[in-house]
Parts: sequence; structure tokens; C-alpha cells
Amino acid sequence: MTDAALMTNAADLLVIGAGPAGVGAATMAAEHGLDVVLIDENYAAGGQVYRPMPPGFARRGSPGPDAAIGDAQRELLARSPVRTAFGKLVWSVSQTFRVDAVGEDGPTHWTAPALIAATGATERVIPFPGWTEPGVIGLAAATALLKSQQMLPGRTTLVAGCGPLLLAVAAGILKAGGRVAAVVDLASPVDWMSTLPALASRPDLLARGVGWVTLLKRRGVPVLFRHAIIGVRRSAGGLAATIGPVDAARRPISGVLERELSIDCVAVGHGLVPGTEISRIFRARHRFEHSLGGWIAERDRTGRTSVGGLYVAGDSGGILGAAAAFQQGRMTGLAAARDRGRIDPATFDRLVTPIERSRARNERFGRAMSGLMAAHLGQAAAIAPETIICRCEDVTRAELDAAIDEGAATVDQLKAWTRCGMGPCQGRMCGDTAGALMALRVGDRESAGQFTGRPPLRPIPIDLLTGTYDYADIPIPGPAPL
Amino acid sequence: MKTIGNGRIDDAVERGALVDFTFDGVPLRGYPGESLATALFVSGITDLRKAPRSGTPRGMFCLMGICQECVVWIEGRRQPSCQVTLRDGLQARSGTIAGLES
Repeated sequence: MTDAALMTNAADLLVIGAGPAGVGAATMAAEHGLDVVLIDENYAAGGQVYRPMPPGFARRGSPGPDAAIGDAQRELLARSPVRTAFGKLVWSVSQTFRVDAVGEDGPTHWTAPALIAATGATERVIPFPGWTEPGVIGLAAATALLKSQQMLPGRTTLVAGCGPLLLAVAAGILKAGGRVAAVVDLASPVDWMSTLPALASRPDLLARGVGWVTLLKRRGVPVLFRHAIIGVRRSAGGLAATIGPVDAARRPISGVLERELSIDCVAVGHGLVPGTEISRIFRARHRFEHSLGGWIAERDRTGRTSVGGLYVAGDSGGILGAAAAFQQGRMTGLAAARDRGRIDPATFDRLVTPIERSRARNERFGRAMSGLMAAHLGQAAAIAPETIICRCEDVTRAELDAAIDEGAATVDQLKAWTRCGMGPCQGRMCGDTAGALMALRVGDRESAGQFTGRPPLRPIPIDLLTGTYDYADIPIPGPAPL
Repeated sequence: MKTIGNGRIDDAVERGALVDFTFDGVPLRGYPGESLATALFVSGITDLRKAPRSGTPRGMFCLMGICQECVVWIEGRRQPSCQVTLRDGLQARSGTIAGLES
């Protein structure tokens, strides 16, 4: 492993994102002869799911199961000839293929005939009044606090939303000595039971889940199924959250059995949305797949998209979880090696079959979890009019509805008319909700569309690109003849 | 080693020596490797800026450099504080853009 900044900018393959899919893809492609550059904005590989403790922290005792997998993947990468570029924020991707990034030492870029997007997912949080209050954080943020930063999210935390992260975060807080006021789950016990057959495909993970539930029970933490946060406000002691029951369509049953909890942190998340910004910039064909988290690039089983040379690996192509992402990354890395002529079709078939078998088992588990986390239109329908949808630009549901009344028919039009999605997060936090609100009026998510992908992928200060210069050094052309 | 603040978990980790930093001129301490956002959060500072349109307070939210809610000013640049590693002498200011609050 060498620092890519010191090496040539040209490569055979660029991989963006060093989570499980990116590490799997990069190492497999390099193993079969491709010169690979793996780029990530973080200081080490692992992505969000296997994010290591930061440099400067020393782990005491043995690693937990996730940390052990993360360490193994980082070890695999370190032993491989993959060139790694950590701490590099990718702000632009362009045709066939150029990737521009900035790091502490300024701008840099790489080129290659093939590009794998392994950019993972962002967390979906269905807005409610008060979700912008400081102290309200994502479930994934709470995971990062607990696992990487080794901090509790608050003294007393309300854990809310849906999916397996609910239990992981609540149990993590308890184990670290914190308090959990309640676990508020949109799903019903029946929803959870229906995942059991698929969970049996990963008995190790099932056992962990059972352990979390047992711990919550033993500590007397109330688990409220088919409940949601109605709203959060500031109070003298921190935050006050109103929670209440929801119906089968996950709409709050207004005014019934609502109660208020005094807490100082809310950790809330409603599943994951595939991070498709790179495949959208290249205008790859996408489709809306509710059970896989939303809009995804169309791809074959190895991750080839409709754009030649562009591949999508892992959750950025559909939420199936970390284990399936690593296997799918391995398959995509093999496909890139085959497409670049490094292995012949027979070798490819021989190598890909066992990986695919292993992926299928993990995919079954991932699909069950993804199903628990999939968004229901009822949740969007129930958002109160005064609720902020676009956090960057403070655009409320009422303002979006007014724009739709006036004729906005796609999310891109909503963006142009209201500034929803135009702020520094570039629509990552509001895009899914804006699409759901539009779908309620135009019939389906496909008609509502998705935000057009455009660089910059992240907001960056322009002086990082220009560097420092003297005005006197700028050549000024003479005036045009009159 | 006993750590400062009651939100840090001590069982599984050995931290380095405390470093000094400031937020809006207030002196604070945290550990190397912590992000600025989480070091502020664990010190009880949750409000990092005011939203430009509504003027309502905002703080860290996604902790992965995506939402941009935890943006603060550091040396004349706006940076998401969850992506900034704490270092000795770091001086940060609220990410509010002066004059934009309504």
C-alpha cells in the first residue's frame, strides 16, 4: 500500500469509497493485475459500518465483532497492492473517467478507463417538527459516537425509527452506561417476526439481535412498537419529545395515547437511502426499488451499469447490508478485471461462483433488514405542514405543497421553485422525502423523479482549488480594439 | 486514566493527553482523535450555528460529513466540524453567517 499522491495519476481502475464494497472491489481487482486507486474522505478504510476508532485512541481489550471484521478488511487492503488515498474529499467525477478531490495538501485528481462507485448510503430521517433541534441526531450518528468516538449520545436518549439499528444503538448505550428513555419502533412485532426465516440464514447476527432485546428487557427499557415521534421541542432540561401510536400505514393516530418524554438526545433513523450521486452524474439508467431503499442504478449481478466502464458496488446500488456489500464488491472487482482483459471469461466464471453463493446468503439477510427499514408513503403523508423538510434552506412541507399546487411536477422543479435540495447537503437529507411528497400527488416515485446529479459532490472552499497566488501574477489581456 | 465530561466511555479505550481548543472564544479541552463536533457535544455545546433562513439553532446531525449542519468557521473557512480532528490550539467560531439571520 502506497500513498497515491506520490504516484502517477493514471490508473486502470478508480474506486470511490473504502467501505466493505470498495475494499472488496479494490483488493479483488488488484489481485488480478489491475492498477487500482482507492479513494476515501476518511482517515482509514471501513466506511460507516466498520469505522475504526480515530488515530490517537488505543483500544483496550479485544475488538467486538464489527471491529474485528473492519480490522480484517483493513488488513486485507494493507497487504494488497492497491494504492490508497485517504483524507481525500471527492468533489467531481467526469467522463471516462476523471476523479477530482481535495485533501489537506490541496487539489488532486486521477484518471482511469474504469470507475467503481462504492459510496454506501445515507440515513433516511422522516421529518417531524423539531427534528432540526440540536440534540436530535441520526441513528447512524449515534453508532459513530458509540463505536468510533467512544461517547454516549446523551445522558438520557430516546431511540426512535425503524430497523435493526434501533436495537444496536439502544443496547450500545446501555452497555456503555447510558440511559435509554424508550425505544420507539415504527414496525410491529409481526413485522419483526416476518423477518425470522431470513434471519436464520445468519444465525450469528440473529443471536446478536436476541442479545440486544434481552438486554433491553433486563434493564426495563420500554419498547413501543408501532409508535413514532410526533414532535420534539426544547425544554429546561434539554429536549421534550412527544411520542404516539401509528396505524398500519405508519400514520400517527392523532391525539390518542400521546405522551411526553424528557430526554437530552434523540437518536432517530428510518432506514438507509442508497448514495447514487455518482451514477446520477453519469446519467446511468436508474429505477426506483422501494425494498432496496429507493432510487438505484440499474446494474447486472456484478455491478455493471448502463454506462460503459462505470460500476456500482455495495449499498450505493441498493441496501443489502455490509456482508453482502463486501461480497458484491469482490464480484465487481472481478468483473472490472475481466472487462479490462486481465482474466478470461472461464476464469471469471470459476472465481465468481463461490463468491456469489456467499453473497446470496447474506443478501437474504440484508433484504429482510432492508424490508424493515423501507419507507412507507403513509409516513410522508403524515408530516405536519409546518415541518422543515429541507434543513439547509429551511423549506417546509407547506411550501413544497404550495409549489406542487402551482404545478411543480418533479422533484427537480420543486428544487428550482422552492430551493428544496439546493443547499450545501445537495439534497442528500431531503431528496427522499421530497420525492415521497411529490409521489403522493403525482402517483408514484418514478414520475416524481430524483434530483439530477451535479458536481460539486461536496461543498468545498474555492481557495482549496485555486491555491494561493498574487494578483500581480494573473495575466491580464489588453483591451479589445474599439 | 479518568476522562473529562460525563459522556465519554472509558472501558474500551486509552486516550492521549488533553488538548486545548476554543469555540467562540470559550476555552475547552478534549482528546486527540476526537472530532471537533463530538468534543463540543460532550462538553455540552450543542448549538453550533443559526440556520440562515429561520435563524433557528443547529448542531451535529449525521456525523459523516453529509448534512453540513455542524459547519463552523475555522481560520476563515467553513468546515463541517464532524470532519475536523481536534488539535491543540484549534480556534473555531459559530458557523452562523453574519447578517443572514432573519
